[in-house]
Amino acid sequence: MTHPSDTGQAPVLALRDVSKSFGAVRALRGVSLELSAGEVHALAGENGAGKSTLIKALAGVHRPDTGQVLLDGEPVVFHGPGDARDAGIAVIYQEPTLFPDLSIAENIFMGRQPRRALGRIDHKATHEATAALMRRLGVDLDPDRPARGLSIADQQIVEIAKALSFDARVLIMDEPTAALTGSEVARLFKVVRTLRDQGAAVLFISHRLEEIFEICRQVTTLRDGAWIASEPLDGMTEDDLVRRMVGRDLAELYPKQHVEPGEVALSVRRLTREGVFTDVSFEVRRGEIVGLAGLVGAGRTEVARAVFGIDRWDAGEVEVAGRRLTNGAPSTAMAAGLALVPEDRRAQGLVMDMSIERNIGLTGLRTTVKAGLMDRGAERSRSLDWAVRLQVKYARIADTVGTLSGGNQQKVVLAKWLATGPRVLIVDEPTRGIDVGTKAEVHRLLSELAADGVAVLMISSDLPEILGMADRVLVMHEGRLTAEIPRSDATEETVMAAATGRAAA
Amino acid sequence: MPESVSLANRAIRWDTVVGALLIVLLLLSFSVVDGFGNALNLSFLIGNTLPIALVALPMTLLVVSGEIDLSVASTAGLSGAVMGALWNQGMTIEAIIPVCLLLGLVCGLINGLLVTRLGLPSLAVTIGTMAAYRGIAQIVLGSDAVTDFPTQYLDFAAGRIGDTFVPQALLPFVVFLAIAVVALHATPFGRSLFAIGANEEAARFAGIRVKRQKLILFTLTGLMASLTGIFWALHYASARYDNATGLELSVVAAVLLGGIDFDGGKGTLGGAIAGVFLLGALQNVMSLQDVSAQSQIVVTGVLLVLSVLGPRVARQIAVARAGRRAASAPPPGKTPAPAS
Repeated sequence: MTHPSDTGQAPVLALRDVSKSFGAVRALRGVSLELSAGEVHALAGENGAGKSTLIKALAGVHRPDTGQVLLDGEPVVFHGPGDARDAGIAVIYQEPTLFPDLSIAENIFMGRQPRRALGRIDHKATHEATAALMRRLGVDLDPDRPARGLSIADQQIVEIAKALSFDARVLIMDEPTAALTGSEVARLFKVVRTLRDQGAAVLFISHRLEEIFEICRQVTTLRDGAWIASEPLDGMTEDDLVRRMVGRDLAELYPKQHVEPGEVALSVRRLTREGVFTDVSFEVRRGEIVGLAGLVGAGRTEVARAVFGIDRWDAGEVEVAGRRLTNGAPSTAMAAGLALVPEDRRAQGLVMDMSIERNIGLTGLRTTVKAGLMDRGAERSRSLDWAVRLQVKYARIADTVGTLSGGNQQKVVLAKWLATGPRVLIVDEPTRGIDVGTKAEVHRLLSELAADGVAVLMISSDLPEILGMADRVLVMHEGRLTAEIPRSDATEETVMAAATGRAAA
Repeated sequence: MPESVSLANRAIRWDTVVGALLIVLLLLSFSVVDGFGNALNLSFLIGNTLPIALVALPMTLLVVSGEIDLSVASTAGLSGAVMGALWNQGMTIEAIIPVCLLLGLVCGLINGLLVTRLGLPSLAVTIGTMAAYRGIAQIVLGSDAVTDFPTQYLDFAAGRIGDTFVPQALLPFVVFLAIAVVALHATPFGRSLFAIGANEEAARFAGIRVKRQKLILFTLTGLMASLTGIFWALHYASARYDNATGLELSVVAAVLLGGIDFDGGKGTLGGAIAGVFLLGALQNVMSLQDVSAQSQIVVTGVLLVLSVLGPRVARQIAVARAGRRAASAPPPGKTPAPAS
């Protein structure tokens, strides 16, 4: 495969010495970046390193305070996202925003449908243009299908097709794989390679290092808003990249300690929620970390929600430390010693407008009480204690959690639940969208909790995380538990085989 | 207490603004408006404001939790009408009052069940029951007006403490106010209401029994509305089916004026009560100046719009000021990394 950039032609899009401040926060400081045609370029950095600001500078959302944006070597000023789009720059976000009731074709050509006489929309031409785009991407999606019900992966494909329909030459992909399963990532990468070979310049952002190494040729690393390096990935190791991102050597990413499992802490028997999951039985013992793997939509999150009492189950039973839980009652699950760190920290884990103190305090409304009234002192010391133990980085405990970075928000959710002293901790995607440094901290924490006798059930779509942390791996496929794999036998192959229903282990 | 402590510490808080406005209005009225400062007028002012204030207590809790009840005036009217009808039947007032309170409780419970069990929006549900409860009131009492309630009750509802201008009925209100302040700002129950209003799903995931709390609130609101209806009929010595018509507009306007966020999750009871008396004083001044009842409703409506706008503007000013302060502060002492 040849790369046009080898010939040394001018980059399609470049930033030169760009700085951008918001108040006292210097989001970008003297950052440079060059994107060449036919090349996939990675942008690496921890949360808060300035990646989002850089993308917004490229996409015309933010104007740099100093420095230049160069298009084909010429300085340009984008007055808004429309300017950038007209210049052939498209951004694909993690969670696409399509009109659910319109078809794929209508979404792509929204507001600029091919017309027939009297201004009527030419549905046939719209359909054919969309089909042509799908062929170009090598994807089989029916243009007339409504967007509602498409997987996130398919929605991203639609967004990419839309970008192509604008003749995009530069494609910026902001954590496109965060919510995708392994096979969906593989298909996305196939599309990205196709685009690259057709001469597009791609900027790719992901927290999953192995993906960066798989698909990218160059990497630019940011740290605290500053440019650290732009270099070829050839010859670099994951450790090299992590060192550039965090500025120091990182402790082991999966610090799993071996713990001798104790008695059964969580017992789920023949649990069924009609149409969602069926006949799910498993146990988690004290000191164990049990991984729950499977494709998105396999029913893992739904089982966790039912066990905790957010949703009702139709049949089966759940016991925590020998106590039968009431169907559909989170408060009794909590009283029995169950804690659930939900998958969506912004919508489910936190009240974003509330302070760190009050968020952690929400799980203590039954305990930090004196004579029926809130015991403010006890509430504050409980929150401070856990915020410090988990090394949450904050200015003041009374600051709203919305001001924290994603990784620190996740720590607040963990603090909120660890403060209840749980016997059983269910974590759903505990490290999604958080940077590698915080990720290692979360893993160490889970490992320590298990060592202290907590039973941990960890749902994750991050296969290396499952393999690195779990004593046993449970796998779900289409609403059923299809495999239970001991740590010694768990590999990407065995887990994926069970997750895709190809084989029962 | 407000949750946005970091900003609130340095910026104007809306409930303080409303408190200050109330004081300014009172001072102005004492000095400028003829007849405002005499004892009779002050007792009128408080007496006429008490129905708004009573209903504003549970309404504040409801709005904080992200819900609303527009049927309160109809519940009050229904209670008054049933009270009049039963009195005409010859029941004693001591027997009638518990029946009316129970009726109000049921009215609130129906609202609560429709919202929590069927998952309907409270705005729509209570517009429906607003019409329904008022309609029942008219069926019960027709166009009669019942005025011959026992004098000791009428005297209590309209009387003053000794020679002062303070209505006797203010005392029970103060007790209710104290209970509501403690419930909202110092108990786990109140804390859970703020969480529910700010993010209901996160509250559920924190083990808060969202539906139960809301059901309790709607029921309490119905109870308080019927108590207000009883007070209204005795205070004005007239039970009619159309008693307290439009009260919900005043209550909602006052509560929002007091800085309770319509989207839930923010506000203080102190602010809400300041809003209530600001509105009450304004209505009183307008009456003294011979402003017609219709024009007063216009003013109340405009206030309602302004009260939704005001706290938002105040918050934006606060954010802008915090931003300017941050921008004028010296940049952090880190040296920028070399660009190449």
